[in-house]
Amino acid sequence: MLSIRNIVKQYAGHTALSDVSLEVKSGQIFGLLGPNGAGKTSLIRIITQITAPDSGEIFFNGQKLDQSHIERMGYLPEERGLYKKMEIGEQMIYLARLKGLSRDEATKRLKVWFAKLGMETWWKMKIEELSKGMQQKAQFVATVLHEPDLIILDEPFSGFDPVNAEIIKNEILELNRKGATILFSTHQMESVEELCHAIVLLNRSKKILEGPIKDIKSAYRNDIYLVEYEGQQLSLSGTAPFEVVAETTREDNLHTIKVKLRGGSTSNDILQYLIPKTRVNMLKEVIPSMNEIFIEKVSKTA
Amino acid sequence: MNKILLIIQREYITRVRKKAFIIMTLLVPALFAGMFAVIALVANNKDDTMHVVYVIDDGGSFKFKDEAFVKFIYPGGSVDAAKRNLKSDDDLVLNIPANPKDTVQLFAKKKTTLSLADNLQEKMNEIATGARMVKAGIDTASLHKIKSNIVIKSTEMTATGEQGTNMASTYALSFAGAILIYMSLFIYGAQVMRGVIEEKTNRIIEVIVSSVKPFQLMAGKIIGVGLVGLTQFVLWISLSAAIGYFFGADQSTIHNKVYSFVHNLGSNAGYELFCFFFYWITGFLFYSALFAAVGSAVDSETETQQFMFPITLPLLFTYILSVSYLFTVPDSPLSVWLSIIPLSAPVAMMMRIPYNVPGWQLGLSMTLMVLGFILTTYVAARIYRVGILMYGKKASYKELAKWFFYKE
Repeated sequence: MLSIRNIVKQYAGHTALSDVSLEVKSGQIFGLLGPNGAGKTSLIRIITQITAPDSGEIFFNGQKLDQSHIERMGYLPEERGLYKKMEIGEQMIYLARLKGLSRDEATKRLKVWFAKLGMETWWKMKIEELSKGMQQKAQFVATVLHEPDLIILDEPFSGFDPVNAEIIKNEILELNRKGATILFSTHQMESVEELCHAIVLLNRSKKILEGPIKDIKSAYRNDIYLVEYEGQQLSLSGTAPFEVVAETTREDNLHTIKVKLRGGSTSNDILQYLIPKTRVNMLKEVIPSMNEIFIEKVSKTA
Repeated sequence: MNKILLIIQREYITRVRKKAFIIMTLLVPALFAGMFAVIALVANNKDDTMHVVYVIDDGGSFKFKDEAFVKFIYPGGSVDAAKRNLKSDDDLVLNIPANPKDTVQLFAKKKTTLSLADNLQEKMNEIATGARMVKAGIDTASLHKIKSNIVIKSTEMTATGEQGTNMASTYALSFAGAILIYMSLFIYGAQVMRGVIEEKTNRIIEVIVSSVKPFQLMAGKIIGVGLVGLTQFVLWISLSAAIGYFFGADQSTIHNKVYSFVHNLGSNAGYELFCFFFYWITGFLFYSALFAAVGSAVDSETETQQFMFPITLPLLFTYILSVSYLFTVPDSPLSVWLSIIPLSAPVAMMMRIPYNVPGWQLGLSMTLMVLGFILTTYVAARIYRVGILMYGKKASYKELAKWFFYKE
């Protein structure tokens, strides 16, 4: 769907992107992650053709990116904004027409969206009369009204209350189900784990991590398990196939230990060692969250 | 539909619908009508009350002749007695002392109208001069024969033959045109600038430039605002003309004045109107591109000052020179060059138009105007495309130059 190859972008004095390549597959929800100033917005602006790269190429559905692809994309920038004095309905139709929709088609689709999101009464209102959350909702509709193949969302949930954030999240998922590819940039790692199929992590203009979420997480497994057992506290000797990393005990003789496997052992070895000694309530692998991976990778490369 | 047309349409419609636009469009012709009304009132308000002037001429050398509305009586006696005996409020006492060096005084119960006092003063000077001439041995009768009475009638020689022209109306039109260009370049240029700043501070700019090229947005905005300006001019001119016509219909004197004003312009009117629209359009394109670049470089209107000053200076300079210099010495090298250099030409050339500008000067000026606006649009577009996406950066001239050389 979107193939980004060896993009370099330099601004006077600093490099925004150095040799960044990535592949977004059709139908994916793709996360573009990275700390502030990593180059995410620069990359998005190159994809949306607001700026051009110094070198490197981008292919959209196998074709070299050009003006004609602009109408196939919808972009919600991080810094939202609409014309304050313009009526919402008129404004959204204008924005959709700039994306190549006819007036009639835009009006028709807008009515459907307004009904869906409970915005029917907004048509004649001016943006400045709406609350911030309402403005965000309107802007989201403006982004997707022309039914783009690629939807680029920069921090889509910022500024929404939890209820509206949920509504928007479901809309994003539905658009994705209907076939839209979604590229989304965020700092909220929970939403990344919840929504994204694959990610790329940028730091200081370079790509430092990429791949499907599942693969990344399994690559970051570090043989840490959480065990809960009941009864007398065990004194665990050096013969155990694991090391205890942390230990907590509750008053009702419930003990939780966090253990790290010694080389070559498996989770079964933990059970084999413990079962003769005590009653095991739970054994669970501790998989690092995207948040932890993010922090670890970024602080390592910093 | 082309995207640039969509942008022009939005810029035009949102502005034309604004209350300020509608009010301005109606207010100016209304002021025009008001002006005519005042002229009419003044013209009709001739002093037609009967005045009686009691003359106390101590020297006895002034003999006035009665006129339609002024009657002269020589009551004799003292000034105070004459003052006491004044019957009507419109009557006056004129005291002429024997010694011509003493002040002549005019007494009245009401404030005397200036025209009456002027009239008396003129008459007295005439009589006194005549008396002195007789004294000096000059025969007044033969003097009258010698005295010439020259009235200049200016005639313009054109290719089509000699035409009588009234210079006043051509000057008035070109001067009005120059002022209108001067003011509207700033008014509409500032509108372009404010529009750019609005889009930047609203942050809608990023949405728009992900749909269209920055140049399309800038050009669409400039053309849209320009069309608003043209609409306003056309409405002003036609509404004013309509008001002038209907107003003049029953006030025959005014009607004649308007008629003679327009008539006197003769063939010049079309030529001046063409020059006006040409210099307004090219001047607007020239300056509004610069205004757009300034708007893109700043985060708020208060920051525009440092850039606005050098842009507005050449026009301001020309405007200040307009009446005192360009009108009086229209063919001096400075006047000629001011009317050729695109920075000042829209105002300067308008001022020189009534003076039969040589064809090569007009041609050169117009060509440079067109090249000039192409150049400013090119420079402005390069600054604009970078500026609109720059936030929180204090723009300096050095910074702008850097933006100009940025690659896409």
